[in-house]
Amino acid sequence: MRRRTRVGKSWGDGVITQLVLEDTAIRRGGRLLFEGVSLELRAGQACALTGPNGSGKTSLLRAVAGFVRLEAGAIRFGAVEAEEARGGGLHIVGHADGLKPARTAAEELAFWTGWCGGTEASARAAAETLELQTLLPLEVRRLSAGQRRRLAMARLLAAPRALWLLDEPLSPLDARWREAFGGLMRRHLDGGGLILAAVHDPLPIPTVGLDLPA
Amino acid sequence: MSRLLALLGRETALAWGRGGGPLVAVGFYAGVTTFLPLAIGSEPARLAAIAPGAAWVALALASLLSLERLFERDYEDGALDQLFLSPVPLELTCLVKCLGQWLANGAPLALAAPVAAISLGAKPELGPLAFACALLGGLAFAFVGGIGAALSLGARRGGLLTAVIVLPLFVPPVIFGGGALDAFAGGLPWTGGFALLGAYALGAIAVGPIAMAAACRNALS
Repeated sequence: MRRRTRVGKSWGDGVITQLVLEDTAIRRGGRLLFEGVSLELRAGQACALTGPNGSGKTSLLRAVAGFVRLEAGAIRFGAVEAEEARGGGLHIVGHADGLKPARTAAEELAFWTGWCGGTEASARAAAETLELQTLLPLEVRRLSAGQRRRLAMARLLAAPRALWLLDEPLSPLDARWREAFGGLMRRHLDGGGLILAAVHDPLPIPTVGLDLPA
Repeated sequence: MSRLLALLGRETALAWGRGGGPLVAVGFYAGVTTFLPLAIGSEPARLAAIAPGAAWVALALASLLSLERLFERDYEDGALDQLFLSPVPLELTCLVKCLGQWLANGAPLALAAPVAAISLGAKPELGPLAFACALLGGLAFAFVGGIGAALSLGARRGGLLTAVIVLPLFVPPVIFGGGALDAFAGGLPWTGGFALLGAYALGAIAVGPIAMAAACRNALS
């Protein structure tokens, strides 16, 4: 039996209201990155995942997204089954953003919005919020790192999904956009969303901390 | 459904632009067909005898060219991650990617196939069958080739590895298609070879996406 709970506004399929890591361990290339890592995140909470380079922050995010297999432990999404959660309940935004350099920003935004289950109107609204309108006719290769990150982030807004997995979300952004993205994250949490973000600098929102050992 | 159509459009557009796209494949095809008379000798009788088969083998090689990039780019730039995080099963995504590859590369090559066969000295009546065989064979090449491309994800010199994995799997369609063309040129019944080629293509479409999705999952982890 699958149960669905609705929180605040209407999300996409598979509404995640909870993220639980139970004693997780990840091994990459024969090396144990970490073990015994646990976390419980509820709707409206954000977690700042910290740790030195190579401690496994990105691997943990990718494990939650279902790409990396756990060595031990379990990942649960509350009442939502893992397959459903990963098939439309979460977003991951990182360095590899899936944007094609030769396509225009408008083409990429339209495709990814549609693929993630958003509409034309939601894509337009997201572009407006992230001030992408003037960039849309440009090829992705012409965008700066910060602009490109904003284009990737437009997915988060254009196709609402409850759980955001963010890998160094702020690093390419300038001071104004760090501030602005803080506001967007706050809005997401207020609407019942969850955020797990790998960061080096503190996020401009209240967070639960999770520090991976070296 | 609209998602898959959008993906098909995107994949076709990307395959069209990928490394020169169909122009390179067709150019390579034209190159190999021009080379043959230089190496074998230009007596029309000798050339006409091998024309259908030679055109067919050159087609198989030309369709290898763009395979390397079928999954590699998406794997490197994170698009495969995003394609994975969707209610659409990865198998279906792989199927659409291969269809895009076929539309952008297989179809232009199929258009060039009768030209190549006839320019080597095959009878003009062979043209339609050469086109049909190339179209059907291209489907088999795209779906079998996709397996090789997905299996070699993450390997250095993945393109070379793809060719080594895929070439043995190209043997049956090359035999069936070449057999059909040869039989037609010799005035023998050709439908058997053509039907087997179709069966192989359908088998590749049925099994290929499952294998590709498994290989992609493995590469992502």
